[in-house]
Amino acid sequence: MRGHRNHPLWFAFMLHRLSGLGLALFLPAHFLVLSLALSDPALLDGFLHWADAPLVKLAEFGLVFLLAVHFFGGLRLLALEFMPWSGRQKSWAAGALAGAFLISGSFLLNAV
Amino acid sequence: MTQEHDTLEVSVWRGDADRGQFETHRVPAYDNQTVLDVVSWIQQQVDPTLTYRFACRVGMCGSCAMTVNGTPRWTCRTHVNKVLKDGRLDIAPLRNLPVIKDLVTDMDPFFDKWIRAGGAHAPSASRHDPIVEISPQSEGRATADAGIECINCSVCYAACDTVSANPDYLGPAALQRAWTVVNDEKHGDRQAVLDTVSAAGGCHNCHSMGSCTMHCPNDLDPLGAILGLKRATARGVFKRRR
Ligand code: FES
Repeated sequence: MRGHRNHPLWFAFMLHRLSGLGLALFLPAHFLVLSLALSDPALLDGFLHWADAPLVKLAEFGLVFLLAVHFFGGLRLLALEFMPWSGRQKSWAAGALAGAFLISGSFLLNAV
Repeated sequence: MTQEHDTLEVSVWRGDADRGQFETHRVPAYDNQTVLDVVSWIQQQVDPTLTYRFACRVGMCGSCAMTVNGTPRWTCRTHVNKVLKDGRLDIAPLRNLPVIKDLVTDMDPFFDKWIRAGGAHAPSASRHDPIVEISPQSEGRATADAGIECINCSVCYAACDTVSANPDYLGPAALQRAWTVVNDEKHGDRQAVLDTVSAAGGCHNCHSMGSCTMHCPNDLDPLGAILGLKRATARGVFKRRR
């Protein structure tokens, strides 16, 4: 790792870029499969069967991860670019968000 | 200088715009020495043809910046002990600028971009007009003051990956200068500066990686300035629509 890149904002940029690329690769395939519902339902059923395989199920976690990372990365950028907050205010906002997530997440786990 | 202890292994980039390689030297290690001291020692004791720049040696002129162990730094105020990795130093010219020779880069593209970004002062009054009073506490003045200590060392420019990817991009230093000008009430045409920096190669090119702010040796915040420009130009678009 080159010295000038070794800091959180740069990693946040890279994470956002990579998750975006990952989603961009996923989306065309996603639409293609959805379109099968109209053009070739039998093929779709076959595919959905395959999608139940454990490995594919596992890959779904990756997808959700990409989505979450990209979504929050986008919110981060919007906050950074459009809200003239001080570093302290940003830390508080991020902390509040993370806290809310933790609490609501644990309730969600209880419900499931 | 204090007691000599040991030696450092120092690799220095030698070459020109076309080719070059690292040359390694053993340099005496002292308790207190800067990276610039090390480069000077090599030039004075080993090889007088080694080319590098410095002037003030106290962090004011901005001429001594180099890449030290992969990170751009002002070498006259960088202590060797702080950046030493396994007793080694790799010293190279700054990134993102053409190399002239050894550790010296051509700074022209960097300064040309200051001009292109509208960094030059445009007067709003002549010497015959009364002097306008501006409170140092006013918001605009405080914002302008925040960026005015830039010493043009080009460390931020060398640290920026957006500059590497797009040679047309004005870069953090020039954009921070533009933000200073935009906040200077005495400037003659602030809207023109905003128009310039929102064109191609301007502030909207920035990917907010923040390497500029991270590495600025004077603790300035070029990223914050660029974000300010983004907001100001975005606001301008919405205003004009109405
Ligand atoms: S020599 Fe002037 S800033 Fe380093």
